[in-house]
Amino acid sequence: MEDLQKINNPYGADKVIDSCSIFGMMDTSGRRFSGEDITKAIANMHFRGNGLGGGLAVYGIYPDYADHYAFHIMYLSPQGQQQTEAFLKDKFYMVKAEEVPMRPIPAIVNPPAVWRYFLDVKQDRRGAESADDYVVERVMDINTKLKDSFVFSSGKNMGVFKGVGYPEEISEYFRLEEYEGYLWTAHGRFPTNTPGWWGGAHPFSILDWTVVHNGEISSYGINRRYLEQFGYQCTMQTDTEVVAYAIDLLIRRHNLPIEIAAEVLAAPFWSDIERMPPKEQKLARTLRQVYPGLLLNGPFTIIIAHNGEMIGLTDRIRLRPLTVGVNGNMIYLSSEEAAIRLISPELDAAWIPSGGEPIIGRLGVQLKPEPSVVSGARL
Amino acid sequence: MKTFLPAKFKVDRSSDRCIQCQVCVNQCSFDVHYYDAEDNEVRSREENCVGCHRCAIFCPARALTISRNPMDYRDNLNWRGETIEDIFKQAETGGMLLTGMGDDKGQRIYWDHLVLNASQVTNPSIDPLREPMELVTYIGRKPDRVTIDPVTRELKTDLAPQIKLEIPVMFSAMSYGAVSLNVQESLARAATEFGTLWNTGEGGLQSSLFKYGKNTIVQVASGRFGVHSDYLNAGQVVEIKIGQGAKPGIGGHLPGEKVSLDVSLTRMIPQGTDALSPAPQHDIYSIEDLAQLVYALKEATNYTKPISVKIAAVHNAAAIASGMVRAGADIICLDGLRGATGAAPKVIRDNVGIPIEMALAAVDSRLRQEGIRNQASVVIAGGIRSAGDVAKAIALGADAVYIGTAALIALGCHVCQQCHTGKCAWGICTSDLGLTKRINPDIGAQRLVNLLRAWSLELKDILGGLGVNALESLRGNRLHLRGIGLTDTELDILGVKMVGA
Repeated sequence: MEDLQKINNPYGADKVIDSCSIFGMMDTSGRRFSGEDITKAIANMHFRGNGLGGGLAVYGIYPDYADHYAFHIMYLSPQGQQQTEAFLKDKFYMVKAEEVPMRPIPAIVNPPAVWRYFLDVKQDRRGAESADDYVVERVMDINTKLKDSFVFSSGKNMGVFKGVGYPEEISEYFRLEEYEGYLWTAHGRFPTNTPGWWGGAHPFSILDWTVVHNGEISSYGINRRYLEQFGYQCTMQTDTEVVAYAIDLLIRRHNLPIEIAAEVLAAPFWSDIERMPPKEQKLARTLRQVYPGLLLNGPFTIIIAHNGEMIGLTDRIRLRPLTVGVNGNMIYLSSEEAAIRLISPELDAAWIPSGGEPIIGRLGVQLKPEPSVVSGARL
Repeated sequence: MKTFLPAKFKVDRSSDRCIQCQVCVNQCSFDVHYYDAEDNEVRSREENCVGCHRCAIFCPARALTISRNPMDYRDNLNWRGETIEDIFKQAETGGMLLTGMGDDKGQRIYWDHLVLNASQVTNPSIDPLREPMELVTYIGRKPDRVTIDPVTRELKTDLAPQIKLEIPVMFSAMSYGAVSLNVQESLARAATEFGTLWNTGEGGLQSSLFKYGKNTIVQVASGRFGVHSDYLNAGQVVEIKIGQGAKPGIGGHLPGEKVSLDVSLTRMIPQGTDALSPAPQHDIYSIEDLAQLVYALKEATNYTKPISVKIAAVHNAAAIASGMVRAGADIICLDGLRGATGAAPKVIRDNVGIPIEMALAAVDSRLRQEGIRNQASVVIAGGIRSAGDVAKAIALGADAVYIGTAALIALGCHVCQQCHTGKCAWGICTSDLGLTKRINPDIGAQRLVNLLRAWSLELKDILGGLGVNALESLRGNRLHLRGIGLTDTELDILGVKMVGA
């Protein structure tokens, strides 16, 4: 997409401001289920969005092509599609290409074409780079340089479906009740200063990482400048983009475990660090000293997912809502408890985690509710 | 020779109120007031008055008013009074004009052209009275990343020495000799009590102040005054002074009259001799020489202390700063055009160097472009007047700031710019024992701690209004700044947008 910055941030604001509903659900046993429930749940929080953006991410949907990079790409013109497909064929082995099935509905007007491709990296093309790095750079190429094309997702055995509309409408449009996955996230958007466009909806994705986000990160300016030092170009100018890149840097490039990455994004207070046992204290202090530019400050709740894992996190004083529900192998993360109860009235437990406390769902690990330090939060 | 200089100030003494107690006579160190016993009247030599207000503040009868002498020259935007009088002075003395304090000319003060942001609706401001608000800052070299053992999950990264500051405000270098021991003790005690650092300046560390070492930056300047192994190891940070904002490119000169026995012992020079700091450090004629001194000091302190390098902010500060970081500096200090001094040639003070705001913005941007910003902390000095200035400096990218003049004002300085005379009536910038006792370190330390406390409360209010609860979320976050009345080029260098944009 040329002029990505202009399209996503037409008024040239410091950054794009939006708020939202978010929902995530996962079966830690790996059982795959359809998009029906999450569509119901996110629809229950309809009023938290304004119809200018909705989307879902799903993991485990392409078991037949699990080893190939699955690209979801939207096109605004046939020329854009031709150009991008030529680019893809030049850089990758294209195993399969097809239009993403959809059903026309009145709510979705003027949709772009959305295609999916299963790709293998051409080894001779990538040189000494890792395959993942190679894919990231090609996605950046398409998103910033090629005409009328934008990559929704680029991971293996996962996919992002998003657009302008309420999330339940996007789900209906892309026929998500026909897909099965073991982990789903969803997002309803309320942008305040952009007209809304298909690429600007959540989830944001790079490789198999997806982020849905509710909040406004007041530290955006420095988060962005910090990431630019590591070669990330924040062309979308949204908080969510910053979160996605921060996660990519910490987990993929710096090899930090996800819990530690969460401790960077929502760092404990210095006064709490002073009270930690020596070893944890040294770790926490070192993280804050080395990654001050990645502390996400200001109100946010995020659900980050990648193959096999889902993590819910709020800012350290929890200025945006997050409720956790657990029912056997099922884990639910939601802006509102009502949305969880709608699709799973009976829960083993539902609670509000503390500010900055990561809730991690992992394949093969049942989440055991732990006593919360916030009085009255447990239900 | 008859002087053509008019008196700068008028001293109005209300005869109704004056009780001839002669407090003013005793308080004035510039010989303005004298008692005429015959007439039982106190009189003034107005031509000596520097406008420091010592007499007026201490007059028990409130009989004194100091005002500017209204004697005007014919209006002339080119030949202004100060210009004319500078020429009179030089014609009468044949010397360089000396002065104290920082540049007082009208070059643009960019702090006054920058405004801060606040949260409304889309994100909440945070109330510092009810929520934690963090000003803690660690200065020192940081690595690019943290390494965790993937199997044991043990931390594999050991950081270079880091110094904790409870507030990103430190006391700037002011040497013993330039200021009195009581001033240094006030600074040292305040820094210790509040959890920040004070700086010895280039005059060594008097033996009674070694106990404040945990909150001390020891300076190594071109004169190497008072530098020895115990001195280097007494502080938390060693600072190499290359230059000073008030007098870039030239060295210091402490006249022999100020080198008392105690000063001579601390500086390790004979009593009564002039303490002359060479203009350059004579072992640093190039960047690789700086690297050698940096590492010599790291060796001398066994790699337990960050090494700071302080330069005056000059035209190509960004490139120099980048070289300093690559030469091993853990902290780089930039001292701007308005940085003050105990004594400097006026022509240098007012004409050499660049405003600190521009130097800071350029250096922070350059170090980020080169991906080495984390390798050194950036500290700025020269003209920080308030918590608002501190917040703006942090937003432009500073890790911490130094305050010198503001700290002296807290102790009583009235910015009369007579530091170079050694006659400071407020007992600050003098070694006259009759005057230095006017600073009581108990009270001095309290006044400084109060200032730091007030600024930390204000900083917390600013942060909360911005919707963040840690200083690192403001640091380098130029989106929280907007410019007023600046050109596109200025905005571009500062990296901020115009208000309304």
